[in-house]
Amino acid sequence: MDLSTTYLGLPLRCPLMPSASPLTRELDEIKRAEDAGAGAVVLPSVFEEQLRHENAELDAMLEKGAESYAEALNYFPQLGEYRVGPDDYLELIQQAKATTRLPIIASLNGTSVGGWTGFARQLQQAGADALELNIYYIPTDPELPGAAVEQTYVDILRSVKTAVTLPVSVKLGPYFSNMAHMARQLEQAGADGLVLFNRFYQPDIDLENLEVEHSILLSTPQARRLPLRWIAILYGRVRCSLAATSGIHTAYDALKMLMAGADVTMLCSVLLRKGMAHLAVIEQEMKRWLEEHEYESLAQLKGSMSQSKCPDPAAFERAQYMRIISTWKPA
Amino acid sequence: MNKVFATLDGNEAVAYVAYRCNEVMAIYPITPSSNMGEWCDQWAAEGVRNLWGTVPTVVEMQSEAGAAGALHGALQTGALTCTFTAAQGLLLKIPSMFKIAGELTPTVFHISARTLATHALSIFGDHSDVMHARTTGFALLSSGSVQEAMDFALIAQAATLESRVPFLHFFDGFRTSHEVSKIELVTEEIMRQMIDEEWVLAHRRRALNPDRPVLRGTAQNPDVFFQARERCNPFYLACPDLTQKAMDRFATLTGRQYRLFEYVGAPDATHVVVLMGSGAETAEATVQYLNDEGGKFGLLKVRLYRPFDVRRFCQALPPTVRTLSVLDRTKEPGSLGEPLYLDVVAAVDEGLEQGWTAFSTRPRILGGRYGLSSKEFSPPMVKAVFDNAASTRPRNHFTVGIEDDVTHASLAYDPDWSIEPVSVTRAQFYGLGSDGTVGANKNSIKIIGEGTPHYAQGYFVYDSKKAGAVTVSHLRFGPDPIPSSYLVTRANFVACHQPVFLERYDMLKPLVPGGTFLLNTPYGPEEIWSRLPRPVQEGLVRKRARFYVIDAVKVAREAGMGGRINTIMQTCFFALSGVLPREQAIEKIKSTIRKTYGKKGEEVVQKNLAAVDRTLANLHEVPVPEQPFNGSELPAPFSEKAPPEIRATLGRIYAGEGEQLPVSAFSPDGTFPTATAQYEKRNLALEIPVWDPQTCIQCGKCAAICPHASIRAKVYEPAALVGAPETFKSADARAPEWKGLRYTIQVAPEDCTGCVLCVDVCPAKNKREPRLKAINMQPQAPLRAAERVNWDFFLAIPDFDRRKIKVTQLRQQQVMRPLFEFSGACAGCGETPYIKMITQLFGDRMIIGNATGCSSIYGGNLPTTPYCVDHHGRGPAWNNSLFEDTAEFVLGFRVSLDKQAEFARELAQRLVPQLGDDLVTALLHADQRDEAGIYEQRERVAALKAKLASLPGPEARMLLGVADALVRRSVWGFGGDGWAYDIGYGGLDHVLASGRDVNLLVMDTEVYSNTGGQASKATPRGAVAKFAAAGKPARKKDLGLIAMSYGTVYVASLAMGAKDEHTLRALLEAESYPGPSLIIAYSHCIAHGIDLDRGVGARHQKLAVDSGQWLLYRYDPRRADAGENPLQLDSPPARLKVSEYLLAENRFKMLTKTRPEDARRLIEAAQYDAETRWQLYTYLAARKGSGTPAPAAGPVAAAVTPESA
Repeated sequence: MDLSTTYLGLPLRCPLMPSASPLTRELDEIKRAEDAGAGAVVLPSVFEEQLRHENAELDAMLEKGAESYAEALNYFPQLGEYRVGPDDYLELIQQAKATTRLPIIASLNGTSVGGWTGFARQLQQAGADALELNIYYIPTDPELPGAAVEQTYVDILRSVKTAVTLPVSVKLGPYFSNMAHMARQLEQAGADGLVLFNRFYQPDIDLENLEVEHSILLSTPQARRLPLRWIAILYGRVRCSLAATSGIHTAYDALKMLMAGADVTMLCSVLLRKGMAHLAVIEQEMKRWLEEHEYESLAQLKGSMSQSKCPDPAAFERAQYMRIISTWKPA
Repeated sequence: MNKVFATLDGNEAVAYVAYRCNEVMAIYPITPSSNMGEWCDQWAAEGVRNLWGTVPTVVEMQSEAGAAGALHGALQTGALTCTFTAAQGLLLKIPSMFKIAGELTPTVFHISARTLATHALSIFGDHSDVMHARTTGFALLSSGSVQEAMDFALIAQAATLESRVPFLHFFDGFRTSHEVSKIELVTEEIMRQMIDEEWVLAHRRRALNPDRPVLRGTAQNPDVFFQARERCNPFYLACPDLTQKAMDRFATLTGRQYRLFEYVGAPDATHVVVLMGSGAETAEATVQYLNDEGGKFGLLKVRLYRPFDVRRFCQALPPTVRTLSVLDRTKEPGSLGEPLYLDVVAAVDEGLEQGWTAFSTRPRILGGRYGLSSKEFSPPMVKAVFDNAASTRPRNHFTVGIEDDVTHASLAYDPDWSIEPVSVTRAQFYGLGSDGTVGANKNSIKIIGEGTPHYAQGYFVYDSKKAGAVTVSHLRFGPDPIPSSYLVTRANFVACHQPVFLERYDMLKPLVPGGTFLLNTPYGPEEIWSRLPRPVQEGLVRKRARFYVIDAVKVAREAGMGGRINTIMQTCFFALSGVLPREQAIEKIKSTIRKTYGKKGEEVVQKNLAAVDRTLANLHEVPVPEQPFNGSELPAPFSEKAPPEIRATLGRIYAGEGEQLPVSAFSPDGTFPTATAQYEKRNLALEIPVWDPQTCIQCGKCAAICPHASIRAKVYEPAALVGAPETFKSADARAPEWKGLRYTIQVAPEDCTGCVLCVDVCPAKNKREPRLKAINMQPQAPLRAAERVNWDFFLAIPDFDRRKIKVTQLRQQQVMRPLFEFSGACAGCGETPYIKMITQLFGDRMIIGNATGCSSIYGGNLPTTPYCVDHHGRGPAWNNSLFEDTAEFVLGFRVSLDKQAEFARELAQRLVPQLGDDLVTALLHADQRDEAGIYEQRERVAALKAKLASLPGPEARMLLGVADALVRRSVWGFGGDGWAYDIGYGGLDHVLASGRDVNLLVMDTEVYSNTGGQASKATPRGAVAKFAAAGKPARKKDLGLIAMSYGTVYVASLAMGAKDEHTLRALLEAESYPGPSLIIAYSHCIAHGIDLDRGVGARHQKLAVDSGQWLLYRYDPRRADAGENPLQLDSPPARLKVSEYLLAENRFKMLTKTRPEDARRLIEAAQYDAETRWQLYTYLAARKGSGTPAPAAGPVAAAVTPESA
């Protein structure tokens, strides 16, 4: 069964790949992903804040108390070079490229223009095959209109696109007045792909300690419904690649996403739970299902259940919600 | 040969040579020599190779004695070995030095000469340490400048290898060791040509080797020892010639010719000074100046002090000399004179006798002392020495540089006399340690030194306070080498980097007329004049100063640099001083920024570059008007509440006028009053905690954790509120036992350092707005006046009766008055909360012996001490003996007090007929286990004294002298892990075994904090520290477990930030245990690379405990006596991975940035350590007690060690 696909112009042997997460931080895990048959690997996001903060913190901490007191002009050995911010990341790319044949997608996470466009160039030089721009932005200023928020996304993308010649995808959240318009704008600004959707960590409240909790919840299969809808809607409406992420835990989840129109599916929670090798299990199940259902290839299936091709296009629109309510009867 | 210039300090210059000419360095940190070992360690970590292409091995030992032993061994087995030390460290090496010299073993000890502790410790420079080593058989070679220090490091190396006489190469601590100067580098090529490889091979051939075995270190008897000892004479006789030969060879290679005794000055001089070290630089410049004015003066610099070459000494002096003024930088009380003086007297006489001199008459020889503890030695003092020599009745055995109004030995001098050449630009910079002023100035010196043909010199005066430390940088730049080894007193440029200094320092005093004054201030050029204090306005007008302002904080903030104003102020200096063309200067600043900060990442570089670019647009000249003088008056620097005698001495020291205090201002034995830190009102905090009584649950945690005792709790009768200031806050006391009483948490607004620890640990949240707690930080300035009044009112409320406090409950215990307050420790210090709590509990009857280190500095560095007294005038009595002997020192306290108590009991029994049986019985059988019992015993002792006062006879008088010992005394040894785990471990172990009732508090910062973060045996695996740059490879020593093995020692491991009540309980148990107690207290520290001044310390302690990295436990031998398991493990099982704790601290995280693979391995090993240690402790704590009391073993006798075993 031919599972090959194309994403961001990169030919991939299979549409399954680990998404940006701590899983892909280790070279060994990347090698395991290759062994398990991943189509590509998205490296963990390098946070804009991380780049800025890490340098500043190290500088501040190593200097703290220095040149203040005659007996202790400093508190740490002064060593030549520190691996700050991107150094490890760049090395990971180089090592991954040197030791695997996988396409390596680097991931940048930020909220403002500038600062890390220079880093994007370094990622390219280090050998990344593509960049995933993870724009993580929760606007809270009541004076800030939605159009300005959208413009920020476009501006960040443009600044990165001017810095690199690599294909660039944008990973974004669903919270736009018109997701389709947003997608179109990004495509026009040069996006080579869209990754739908970023799953923002949602805070909780600790009742006993009166604190906001930041614990990370792994995704549930329900989470895939939202990206599934928008991939189905966008398929055919935008020319750029579409990647599905959130709530893809089984071969069936992946197949649904691909049917909706995704070029690739990105997995995280299930791999965190079951390990990178589970990719191979999912791939096997996909193959089995495709064979059982007599598909010729994955290409035959891709987009088949998108809004434009499915038997019931309206099902992807708001009206569907009302229909459920109106057709519901108490047991 | 092309000259290579470098800009470095004396320590680096010496280490540069020593590292390349040796294979092994055995070291131990001690100020001011620590940096030499650190440089070597750093180079070794970087893989820098020595002359023979191998990377030397640097080994850090447990003490200087250990370093000397290791060095002796390395030498005996043939390695080229050296060491670095100073002061007490050198003393500890002396026994080995006799051996090394006795065996004619070539080595060089590089000594940044430092004052020996006598009536007081001093970290600064003089020759009292090296003079103590002059009998060891080492050659003593003295260098007087950074250039000489580097040159002589090599000359000593060559001379020792050829002569086989070991060398002690010394230079003045701080003045030379820490002076940054542009010098000609001694290249490796020069070093190769100076060291004959045959000498190295000869050293190897002499090594112990089982292939050709020999025996050394024999014991000899009266029949032969003497003769054998004299056998070394030829080597000492040859040593001066060989040293001169090395100097001559060095001269052919470098053009710098040195002589064993080097005369400079008029060939027909009548008056000559003789001295060694950096003072010779100043003396030479002064001689030259005086001779240019027509004088006939000379200077004899002593280079090779031992072996003393009398012939060369005599021949170096001009025949015309009439007086020799010999200046010693040391003091030997009771001697005929100081050592150099005595040597000169003997040398002149011997020279005359031998006919080695050309003197027409025997010159008069005068001896004097100067420069103890880095006391300034400046041209006016040199002139005073010559004036004395030329006077009709010259004074012998004089001092210069101080006013001795007790024995009247001092020479008067004119401090305003100056010889500074106009060609030299001189600058002074006042900064805070935290603002990076010194670092920027060091950069400036490099910029000028390495980027231009000009010479540059920098010397930096630091604070002895760690919180809010002030730095004063003294810089000189000029076309010629700068021989001025004294502070800048006439500055062309003065910069004030912190506006608050305007109120504290007379910064215009050193400014030359027409000089430039630069001020960092939030006020612009239009507004600033009226904001200046009146004396500053007057000073600017009087000096006709050019006055510039910049809001550097604003510029820094805009450039994203937070509060770091260093780069901005440095740019201003270059723009205004004209030492370099402005454009060139700015380009050089930028390239230095790239070089300096490049390793820290591009972001940091860019911020600094942006700061430079923004600077000039924000730098404004302020026209200085002729008037008005409308500024404010300066506030008194020291509280006017201080008693006059304290104001007159300590107050003046605090005000920066210590130099002017005469000898009579001091007690003859180093005694000072306590309770003096209260008079320094340092106003360091920009924000202070503000109490919200409605939200407060009165848990006492804020007061307990406060490192500076500047937030306190009090409970009191409502009537005490009569007359309370309007803004004074009070609440009903919540404790059921205190029903009807009122409760207050009060902040000392001018003593708080703003470290935020109190807010961080506060568990109470405002229910309506949980971001607020029961205490919240608010800007200090608007609160200062009102809170100052509130604080005074709070202090005046009577302390609560200690007998009514449940000391086992933190919420109650914290109303006890701390007898340790407002120390100069780092803001947010992790050590001081323990000390403070101990003083609350036992301070009114405690005696402390304090190991040298952070706690002795913040505890006892002049001008003030944080140890204080209660309303009865009782409080801790404190002394610092040494670094290594604290356990023994406090054992001495205990033995002495026990003896006196025993004697008092004996006398009381003998005096029963006169004193009455009831009183004596009560006195001798008093139960003093709690506050009530101690209170009653004090009453009895008072009654006893009253009776004794009227009793005749020697026994009554004797009893009066020891009666106080009948009240239970609490004996404490305080120190850090360097003391307890390393240098003092042997003594500590012995004292633990003694069975005596002493309490030893180890404030475990897991590193040598006071000397700048060197690894100790308490340093945990994986931590990056000096001498563990690759991460400490071995696990932390389990000191508590070792102590427990005695079975008779109370041992507790604490972390107050993790569990404060546990700390409280353990301290009470330890003190009550009638035998030795060892308390190991986790102390977060600035050397952990944590955000100490943002209040995170307690959180890190909790992380350490939650991850199992630090265990809480108590081992109480009394439980074993009762048939129970003595060990109680008070830590819960780990809730976190050790890595979660380690990576939160930059001391560990750093390794992931430098050696990721090592970091991964060591973090895994640390996890394993924590788990296995937990398993061991749970096993030990789970054992059931026997259920029956342990057999009485009888008292543990104090062990006696025979002198020879």
